[in-house]
Amino acid sequence: MPLHNISNRQELVSFLKNKCVDIRKMIVQLTVTAGGGHVGGALSMTEMLVVLYQHIMNIEPSNPKKPDRDRLILSKGHGGVGICPVLCDAGYFPKSEMDGFNQFLSPFGMHPDMNKVKGIDMSTGSLGHGLSICVGLGLAARLDKASWRAFCVLGDGECNEGSVWEAAMSAKHYKLGNVIALVDKNKFMIDGPVEQIMSIEPFEEKWKAFGWKTTVIDGHSIEQLLDTLENLDPPDSQTPQCIICNTVKGRGVSFMEGQGKWHYGGLDELLEKQALEDIEKTR
Amino acid sequence: MAGGMSYNIDDLQDLTAAEAYGKVLVDLGKEYPEIVVLTADLAKSTKLGVFFNAYPERSFNMGIAEQNMVTTAAGLALAGKKPYLSTFACFASMRACEQVRTDICYPKLNVKIMGTHSGLSMGNGGTTHHATEDLAIMRSFANMTVVVPADGIEAAKLAQASVEHNGPLYFRVGRGFEPPVYDTMDYDFQIGKARTMAEGSDITVIACGVCVLQAVEAAEELADENDVSVRVINMHTIKPLDTEAILQAAEETGKILTVEEHNIVGGLGGAVAETLAEAGVPCKLKRLGVPDVFSVIGYPEELHRYYGIEIDGIKKGVKQMLDIPVDDEDDAH
Ligand SMILES: Cc1ncc(C[n+]2csc(CCOP(=O)(O)OP(=O)(O)O)c2C)c(N)n1
Repeated sequence: MPLHNISNRQELVSFLKNKCVDIRKMIVQLTVTAGGGHVGGALSMTEMLVVLYQHIMNIEPSNPKKPDRDRLILSKGHGGVGICPVLCDAGYFPKSEMDGFNQFLSPFGMHPDMNKVKGIDMSTGSLGHGLSICVGLGLAARLDKASWRAFCVLGDGECNEGSVWEAAMSAKHYKLGNVIALVDKNKFMIDGPVEQIMSIEPFEEKWKAFGWKTTVIDGHSIEQLLDTLENLDPPDSQTPQCIICNTVKGRGVSFMEGQGKWHYGGLDELLEKQALEDIEKTR
Repeated sequence: MAGGMSYNIDDLQDLTAAEAYGKVLVDLGKEYPEIVVLTADLAKSTKLGVFFNAYPERSFNMGIAEQNMVTTAAGLALAGKKPYLSTFACFASMRACEQVRTDICYPKLNVKIMGTHSGLSMGNGGTTHHATEDLAIMRSFANMTVVVPADGIEAAKLAQASVEHNGPLYFRVGRGFEPPVYDTMDYDFQIGKARTMAEGSDITVIACGVCVLQAVEAAEELADENDVSVRVINMHTIKPLDTEAILQAAEETGKILTVEEHNIVGGLGGAVAETLAEAGVPCKLKRLGVPDVFSVIGYPEELHRYYGIEIDGIKKGVKQMLDIPVDDEDDAH
């Protein structure tokens, strides 16, 4: 039940690509409004979120709590500036609601709050919780004989947390084919490259060893995301699925791409202008 | 003082509390080869990166894995090292809570835990990153010492004192934009011994951390504007608590207002209340802090104002306790 009614494949790809450009611009502008934000990791997961919310997930933005909807848990909860534009664009709330983003008493902060932001399925911000939430959701869906899925978006640095692997173990144990993990593998955490700070490799093999059906794709390729997510095993299948998305932190902005220091940052007028220009060029 | 080091205001005034602490720790590292430092992907944010640069072989970034970091520190301590570890206060006290209690406090190991971005200092980071429970949690662990330095100078003093302090110690500092209270290192700092910042006889304000400066300034304004004599106590150590200072204040001023960047449950206010109740001294008490809610977002200064733990909120609290009419201006929040 996509949010669009495009049937032609090529048209769909270019529609989603264009959305990503618009969303990235909103991310940059929100980062300015917010007085700083986790912009690097917001820009790396744009295609993943756009494809999920626009095309894959069964959702109804005018009825955000629809019981049989697919859920998405942003386990890398510092991606508030990354997910809120996607939800806004999907129609959960008007853009003007984000005017005071991050400011005093605003419902919108760095880390999204499910009781304040429509479309957010769980309040997150402390890393390593999201996949366990999805295990709980997946079990509940099984009990209710429901066919919705629980998607989880994780950071690669986040996968340092032991709790991620406890969740991975239990999703396999309970045969939760309705749990889908997407890892935004942008190769950086706060203190530097993941491989230098706390290595997670061999990453694909780890997920496989935990019993997950695991695929590695280019997380910026709309085509690869579509191919993978349209061909997931059905929710009543017995194996949880992990999609490792190779991405670039700060994607789309020349001075941020692959620069660890843009994990969190603020933008002055000049940088904002440059960032918006860079992003427009990706259209 | 450890190392006989002394710093003057010029060395420290441009540093945040975490930076001041880090600077002293680097100096202590020279003298104490057994000092080791751990962090969980927050070397830069918690400012202990300076130690990583100075002594890479004794510094361990454990990645985003706080529980593993805390218990690894316990292992290092068991083998005779002096581990100092740092992460955000919320994660030190809550993510790795049982590890702190069972692996550090229970065996009484020599591990120093630095919780940065404490209280409301993470402002628009929101509830997941606010730490308004850490004092209550850490204080409830036997063998634990809990300190809240008022500023960078006091953090530096604490760093010096901590190295010869035996056993577990938790302390919290803010994100780093807090103005200083002290203008000299030349004062007596002892863990467990409160400092009187201003003498007074009508009421006592007991504060810790960022609230100390606010209390000092509120007291000055109250003296000028209302002719009220406010005693201000910097209760930098929440445990072991300086009960003598509290009981003396109760006896001499009869009214106590506590101020903390923490839930009013279980922290400084809670500790003072326990002391007063058990001693059975007649004393009016009011606790200022976060009123047992998950705090809203905003810049720290806005939140301090919202929860009334800055100058105006403290003035209002004092006036209420002294039955002085509160005017609209005080009511701004
Ligand atoms: C439990 C926990 N520890 C530490 C942090 C602080 N923190 C926020 S983001 C971050 C780095 C995350 O890196 P990664 O998961 O790779 O995210 P991305 O690069 O996609 O932004 C850290 C350590 C946190 N939010 N939660």
